[in-house]
Amino acid sequence: MAARVDALYIFLLIVTGMMALLVFTLLIFFAARYRHRPGVRAEQVEGSTALEITWSTIPFLVFMAIFAWGAVVFFKERTPPADATEVYVVAKQWMWKLEHAEGQREINELHVPVGRDVKLIMTSQDVIHSFYIPAFRIKQDVLPGRYTVEWFRATKPGVYHLFCAEYCGTQHSGMVGSIVVLEPAQYQAWMNSGSTGPLSASGEKVFAELGCSTCHRSDMPGRGPNLHGVFGKPVQLADGRTVTADENYLRESILDPGSKRVKGFQPVMPTFQGLVSEEQVNALVAYIKSISEAKAGAGTSARLGVAVEKRPPDKKDEPRAMQARAQASGNQVQVQRP
Amino acid sequence: MSMSAVIPQPVERENYLNTKYGVWSWLLTTDHKRIALLYLLSITFFFFIGGFFALLIRLELLTPAGDLVQADTYNKLFTMHGMVMVFFFLIPSIPAVLGNFLVPLMIGAKDLAFPRVNLLSWYLYIIGGVMMMHCMLTGGVDTGWTFYAPFSTNFTNTKIVEAGLAIFVAGFSSILTGLNFVVTIHRMRAPGMTWSRLPLFIWAHYATSIIQLLGTPVVAVTIVLVAAERALHLGIFDPKLGGDPLLFQHLFWFYSHPAVYIMILPSMGVVTEIIACFSRKRIFGYHFVAFSSIAIAVFGFLVWAHHMFVAGISVYSALVFSFLSYAVALPSAIKVFNWTATLYKGSIHYDAPMLYAFGFLGLFTIGGLTGLFLSALGIDVHVTDTYFVVAHFHYIMVGGAVMGYLGGMHFWWPKISGRLYPEGWARLAALIVFIGFNLTFFPQFILGYMGMPRRYYDYSHMPEFQILNVLSTAGATVLGVGYLLPMVYFLWSMRYGKPASDNPWNAAGLEWKTASPPPTFNFDEEPVVTWEAYNYEELDAPHPQKEEVPVAR
Repeated sequence: MAARVDALYIFLLIVTGMMALLVFTLLIFFAARYRHRPGVRAEQVEGSTALEITWSTIPFLVFMAIFAWGAVVFFKERTPPADATEVYVVAKQWMWKLEHAEGQREINELHVPVGRDVKLIMTSQDVIHSFYIPAFRIKQDVLPGRYTVEWFRATKPGVYHLFCAEYCGTQHSGMVGSIVVLEPAQYQAWMNSGSTGPLSASGEKVFAELGCSTCHRSDMPGRGPNLHGVFGKPVQLADGRTVTADENYLRESILDPGSKRVKGFQPVMPTFQGLVSEEQVNALVAYIKSISEAKAGAGTSARLGVAVEKRPPDKKDEPRAMQARAQASGNQVQVQRP
Repeated sequence: MSMSAVIPQPVERENYLNTKYGVWSWLLTTDHKRIALLYLLSITFFFFIGGFFALLIRLELLTPAGDLVQADTYNKLFTMHGMVMVFFFLIPSIPAVLGNFLVPLMIGAKDLAFPRVNLLSWYLYIIGGVMMMHCMLTGGVDTGWTFYAPFSTNFTNTKIVEAGLAIFVAGFSSILTGLNFVVTIHRMRAPGMTWSRLPLFIWAHYATSIIQLLGTPVVAVTIVLVAAERALHLGIFDPKLGGDPLLFQHLFWFYSHPAVYIMILPSMGVVTEIIACFSRKRIFGYHFVAFSSIAIAVFGFLVWAHHMFVAGISVYSALVFSFLSYAVALPSAIKVFNWTATLYKGSIHYDAPMLYAFGFLGLFTIGGLTGLFLSALGIDVHVTDTYFVVAHFHYIMVGGAVMGYLGGMHFWWPKISGRLYPEGWARLAALIVFIGFNLTFFPQFILGYMGMPRRYYDYSHMPEFQILNVLSTAGATVLGVGYLLPMVYFLWSMRYGKPASDNPWNAAGLEWKTASPPPTFNFDEEPVVTWEAYNYEELDAPHPQKEEVPVAR
């Protein structure tokens, strides 16, 4: 990602540099060439429509090229690969709380393996924050009341800055941390230490504790919709609309169940706003996702972590991953435990 | 160009300055020229307050650790710096001072259409200003000038409602000034002053006034909504109350993006006048420059969400707003090309106003071109909310708007005060400002691309940012000297400056065809315009006909 952004950046530096050079050269040349000399009068030149059209059209075409290139880069930045490893992020004044789908919890620090796509599913407990990793050229505001998503793939082991980029109060500049990119083997070692079990398993526990399973049943029709297999599928709402059951929809249905009620069900579900923490909502969402994946036959969430772990790197990424590993062999990467 | 001084006459002509004396003759005046001077005094006051905050910010950032002030104090400093500079200096600067003074003079009118409303707008500005001062002295605000919700509505304990109210009141001052200009330009042009004979300064102010009229009410409403959520806990922006935090950003930027054009358009108008005068030429492509002002005003309303590319809007709306941002860049580019072309085959003089105009061209071009980086979606994701943005908008709002403002102050100072300012000092100040500005803000582009976020009080985790911050702070002190100088010599010239002739620059434009300083009702007799704008060819003709303003019968 960084390489793509930098390529566009360098292109822009060249293009705008040339524009600036043109304007400044002309300014300086005219200023010197046509400086006032006694007895020499200015020669009046009327405007020229042809010239106006030329210097409107050419910049416009250049602008459109920049626009298109910028849009392409942006699309890639905004489209997480479907099989990315998921990490849930909860921002609060003034810290980052991160929880891997596999269950590891971290604060202000995120450990990821080199060469793997990582998708961050983020929300805020209070005000707006922004998850910014300058080295990866990515940034996404983190809002209260909804999920926003960003993704990256680290290509080189090392420790990178993590900043909060949206002003959030007194200790805004203290809301910083690091992204620790590890070799897969080191990452595995880090993973094995101190996991409390996958996030979806804690979600299952919360699901039972809150009594969700009384209505949302999979063995027989309940008062609420069966949640098995619902994630990622279109849902028919009582008001006639159809929405896709993504993370934001699940979240909203837990906190504000009346707003997008499923067709054929009564508005009997109470709101859980204020009763569950952001972490519990994340766990519930992870759980509901895991039982959908189970339906689809892709393995449970618990296995998902392993499955992803075992996934062989894409063929085209292999050289890059190898290269990164080779480069990193000299690097001393500190493994920190949560 | 040498400025021709006139030997003072034994009996001074009666003008707007000496017609009456005493405090009340100023505080109750309805003369647009006196009101312009009231504004000049008050915005200068706020400029130095805002500048003082800026200096403290730069001093804090000299070292990576947060050691000069407390974190909360720092947050208040950049907030108050932004609020004071945007709402109490930049927005009123050129329109309320130079616009107020010159719009009636340039179109051959006795005054603005609503002289009492004009005075009222100054009082509203002062009431807003006093409220803002009170707010600052009793604690201040720490949200950033952008007031982002829900931080501003439910999380900070600072004086949001009071600051909001101050801006609300000052906003009405801006609306009324805009209204006054629109009506004046439509209804009070002298006979013969057709739309295509208007100085481009007037076109720029016309476009600005439209934005003030249509945009300012939206920010006023937004402030009321923030106050309502804060005081009454109505769920508008905070999701905990059922609101939407992005709604705030849409409403806020719907005004605050066009507000940038409120600052830069008048400055473009000033620069157009100066370039024409000091290259002794009609402006190249008059109609293109005029309509590009209108185009900026119109397109300026359609690009607000380019402040929100990473805020959580959809990919598709980001695409639309990115595209439209390039559309608004075009008229600005057209202006720059036309100004450059105006120099071609001119007879260029390097007096202080022209130096400021050159400075404007340089800084505005850099500011505009870096805007192309920010409109490119893929790059914006990386550099938004970093020092890259800080540098970019200072190049436009300070490099552009303030350079134009200072250039205009020098250009029209003989008309305003009846005195000449010291040319050598003025050229020196222009140079100092230009160098100081670049030294302050250019390093910030690099800082931004390196990833330093805005509004960071403490960067001790990333000491690699220090060198560029030190450069920037050094530049700020140079810039401070550059801004203090003109204030000193302008004041000096009011007493010791050589008296100015009616038209010391031999400039085109009706304002130069009356006395310096002008009489209370501007023209002894109503002028009739029979020439095109920027008729420098006639003015510089080897044997100029005796210049006389035809008189309406």
